[in-house]
This record gives sequence, C-alpha cells and structure tokens, in this order.
Amino acid sequence: MEKQYKKLNIFYIPAVVLMILFVAYPLFNAFYLSFFNWNGYSQTKEFFGLKNYISMFQDKNFRKALINTLIYGFGCTALQQVIGLALAMFLNGKFKGRSIVRTVIYMPAMVSGLVMGYIMYFFFQSKGGVINDILLSLGLNSVNWLGNAHNAVAVIVFINTWQFVGVSMVIYLAGIQGVSQSYIEAAKIDGANSWQLFSKVILPNLLPALSSSVTYNLIGGLKLYDVIIALTDGGPAKKSNSFATYIANRYFDAERAGYAAAVGVFSFIMIMVISTIVNAYFRKKERDLEG
Amino acid sequence: MTPAAYLRYKKNKKKYETTTDGTVIFDPDQEERVPWRKKDWWRYLVSALLLLVYLFPFYVIIMVSLKTFNDTSPRAVFPHPIYWGNFAAIFKSGEIFIGMKNSLIITVGVLALQVVIGSLAAYALSRNQTKFNEVVRNLIMSVMMITPLTTLVGVYSTMSKIHGTSTYWGIILILSAFGLPLTIFLYTNFIGSIPRALDEAAAIDGAGNLQTFFMVILPQLRTVTVTVLILQGVGIWNEYTYSYYFLQKQSMATITLVIKTFFGSVMNDYGQAAANAVIGMLPLIVLYLFLQKYFIQGQVDSAIKS
Repeated sequence: MEKQYKKLNIFYIPAVVLMILFVAYPLFNAFYLSFFNWNGYSQTKEFFGLKNYISMFQDKNFRKALINTLIYGFGCTALQQVIGLALAMFLNGKFKGRSIVRTVIYMPAMVSGLVMGYIMYFFFQSKGGVINDILLSLGLNSVNWLGNAHNAVAVIVFINTWQFVGVSMVIYLAGIQGVSQSYIEAAKIDGANSWQLFSKVILPNLLPALSSSVTYNLIGGLKLYDVIIALTDGGPAKKSNSFATYIANRYFDAERAGYAAAVGVFSFIMIMVISTIVNAYFRKKERDLEG
Repeated sequence: MTPAAYLRYKKNKKKYETTTDGTVIFDPDQEERVPWRKKDWWRYLVSALLLLVYLFPFYVIIMVSLKTFNDTSPRAVFPHPIYWGNFAAIFKSGEIFIGMKNSLIITVGVLALQVVIGSLAAYALSRNQTKFNEVVRNLIMSVMMITPLTTLVGVYSTMSKIHGTSTYWGIILILSAFGLPLTIFLYTNFIGSIPRALDEAAAIDGAGNLQTFFMVILPQLRTVTVTVLILQGVGIWNEYTYSYYFLQKQSMATITLVIKTFFGSVMNDYGQAAANAVIGMLPLIVLYLFLQKYFIQGQVDSAIKS
C-alpha cells in the first residue's frame, strides 16, 4: 500500500499549480516590488533597497495602522471569546425559544462585511444616525462616532465583534455539550456550585474549542478590511486604517505600489509570527492538560 | 447494552445530531419539551434583549428601504406612508438580479473546482505523509495569513497574462486559489479519520489510486463536503476584495459590488441603497433560516481540530 501511496503526490498538483499562479508568485512579486520605488503602472521602477521598509517605521500613518491592526485583531478576539462563551453558557440552559436566540445571533455572519458596514453606517452617522437619535431623545448629547479616531476604531471593533460573535458562540456551545455528562454529574454529587462547575469542569474541557475559536477570530481580525472600507474608509485622517486598508490607500490613492508591497510583506510576516506563537501556546496548554 | 438502555438510546438518538468526531450539538426540536417555568424569567428577559440587539439593525435597514430619499423622519421610525418606490426601481433596473446571477455562477464554479481539486489534494496529503508533504501542507495553510491586497500586483499580472480579467473563469480561479487552504484543511482532517483498511481492500481488488479515490473515498466525504460548500459558499457569495479589482465590467458585477455602487455613488439616495442591500442579503439569509442546522454544524465541524 505504501508503495501505491507514493504515487499519490500527483493528486495535489492541480491545487499546487493554482496556488503558485495566484498566491505564491504574487506573494514573491510583492516581496520583489517592496524593494522598488514604483507608482503601480509605469514601465520603469527605481531600485530602492530597504528604503521602503525604513520609511515605513518613520511613517506615522503606518504606525497608526499597525496599532489599529493589533487592536482589531486582539480586541475583537478577546471580546468574541468572552461574549461568545457567555452566550454559549446562557444558551446551554434549558428554556423555550433558545434555538431562536441562537439562530438570530449567528445570522449576521451571513451578511458580507461590506454590507454590514453600510447598515451600521445608518446607526453611527453623527447626524441622523440611530444611536445619536436615541441619545438625543434621552436628553443626552450626540457623539461624533465616525469623525473621531478613537470612537471610529471602537465602533469598528464593536461591529466586527457583534457580527461574528455567533461563530464563537456555536463553537463553544458544541464544546460545552461535548463535555461528558458523567463529569458534570460527578462534580454535582461532590457538591460543586455552579461557578466551580464552570471553572473546574467545563472550562478545562473547552480548550480545543478555545484554541480554534481564537485562531479563527485572530486571523480574521488581523486581516480586517471590508467593514472599514464601508464605514470610514480608513478615516478620519487615516486614523482608523488597518494594514489591509492602508495597503489599498498607499497603492491606489498615493500611487506608491512599492511601499504598499512592503506594508503587505510586513503584515504577512506579522500575522504569521502571531499565529505561530498563539498556536504553539495552545498546543503546549493542551499537552499540559493531558500530561 | 441492555435492551432497556438500547431503547432509551434509540428514543434519544433523534434528538442529537452527532458531529464527525462525536461531539453533540442540540437539535432545535428537542426544546419543545421544555416547560415554561417561573424561575426562568431572567432567561426570557435576556433573550428578549439579545433578540432586540440582533434584529434591530435588520429592522432599521428595512425601514430605510421603505422611505423616500427626502424623508427626514428618524431612521428607526416606521415609514408613514410606506414607500415601495425603492423596490419598484430595483425590479425595473434589474441590476441586482444580474448581480445575483453573476454571484451564483461564480459561487458554483468556485465550489465545484474546490471540492474536486481540494479533496484530491487532501487525499494525497493525508495518506502519503512524507516530510516533504508536511512542508507542502504547511505552505498551503500559511496562505490564510495573507492580508487582502498584498498580492494584488502579482495576481494582476497573472490575470493579464492569461487574459482572465472580467471573466467568470478568471475570478473563479483566483477565489478558488485563496479558498483552497480551508478546503484542504477540512478534507485532510476528515480523510485522516477514514480507515486505511478501506484503501487496502480496494487495492487488493486491483484498484489504482484514482479508482480508489472515486469509488471508495469520495462517497465517504458527504458530510465534510456539505461543510465545505456552506463555509466557502457564504464566503464567496459575500466576497468583495478580489471581485472589486478583477470584475471591472459592469455586466460582471457580483451582488456585493452592485450594493456597493448604490452606497458609493448615489450616497444621497439611502432608500434606494438600503433596498438593494435588503434584496441582496435575502437569498443567503433565507437559505440559512431553512438549513440552519447544516450551517451551524458546518461551522462547528470546521473548528474542531483533529
């Protein structure tokens, strides 16, 4: 059989060819371009060495995009885990209509991030937005949600969390229901209260769910693009950009394709390093728990 | 198992849907038997709040879509009278339906390509576990970490060399390439749980690799294929980044691009834009409501690592 399996490699050639053409070659191309000064369309480009990378760290808009990308990545991930787990625990209780609640909370994940951004624009507009309408009718002051950099970043984190927390919720729900009933019964017989039941019995058993939910949310958050484009387009004054939207901005609006490529390469390496560390951490945790 | 235990098992079996690796997720039908209890009042209160937080945005977009563009009433207020003109205009122009057609063609194309190419690749990678193939697998997985637009220039030059810009097959190839890592990940995990004895039995009967794959492995892949179709289908239907740059012709615009043009260029006519968003969201949401068990199951299966 092993001998026959040896011939199997031919089966992945179509996949590999497709990925070389549309992913690997373009990625190397971006790496190559990151050493040039190029406007994105002219025939000539000037060799720039490491200048793009050096000017990256002197660029305050880049540093802002870096910080925002980390906020979008880690902020959304943290919120999604806490809220997702809380929702899962809540929906694990028995009561009428809980499946309706579950269905509705997962529903926004069916909508494109771009369209959700547009819908939320109706809420967070400073004039005529639903949130400010409500604040005013309560006699409070209206808030400049999208025109203020801090608020805009917070709004984007909120929307992305709100939209995709259902994903974490169903993963945790499956995890909780996978915890053997006999463990729970045994803990109850030993007189565990509900907090002990949660922290000592259910939580340790959720490690696989936690690890996959975190990885999923983290990569999604660090690559955040659509919702920012729809809501602020990186504004005000480039202060809500993520790496993804900043790349688009440098490339098309500033016509600095070489520089955009350098930002792209940096972001790829950063996401790779972060997810490797996170994965290694969870793997170690899982081993510790087993051992 | 005692007969009584077996009967109990059979009775309860229907209530649970078992996932591929034996975890259990509750079935909506099961709750019919939960009685109303007074002490659950707080659960109903929290549920009502959650439903409000999650349905309110959908309510608002519908309200906006039912108002004229010069209606200055607050967005959350019910229109008086209801204005159907925005929807009438959509049906008259038909743009959104061309968008749906395009999205459907692209989605079906990508899914077909991914299922075939992805499952073949996964079979090779999970059965022939050499050091080299481990590297191939890791390289494929690392594609998930590429920020959108990093590769744009390179993809553009590939596309212009093969004359694929503004064609169905061009965008299908791009989106398939970027979606393959997830598909291959799901299939490799699943194929790993199919006993090799099945392959061996086929080999003894004289089947080659290709025959074994199509006759023995492929029929086993039904549940994981549903997962692939759902997860990738939602992603491709809602795709924006690459479609925006590679479907330049208006007649090729996908549903997301059609919605974008309404929000982008006629930013004053919110009613029209909102009506487009409502119609655009509808197909997937309706599908989800009817097949939610599969959608949620697919999400769970994709997350549970082997």
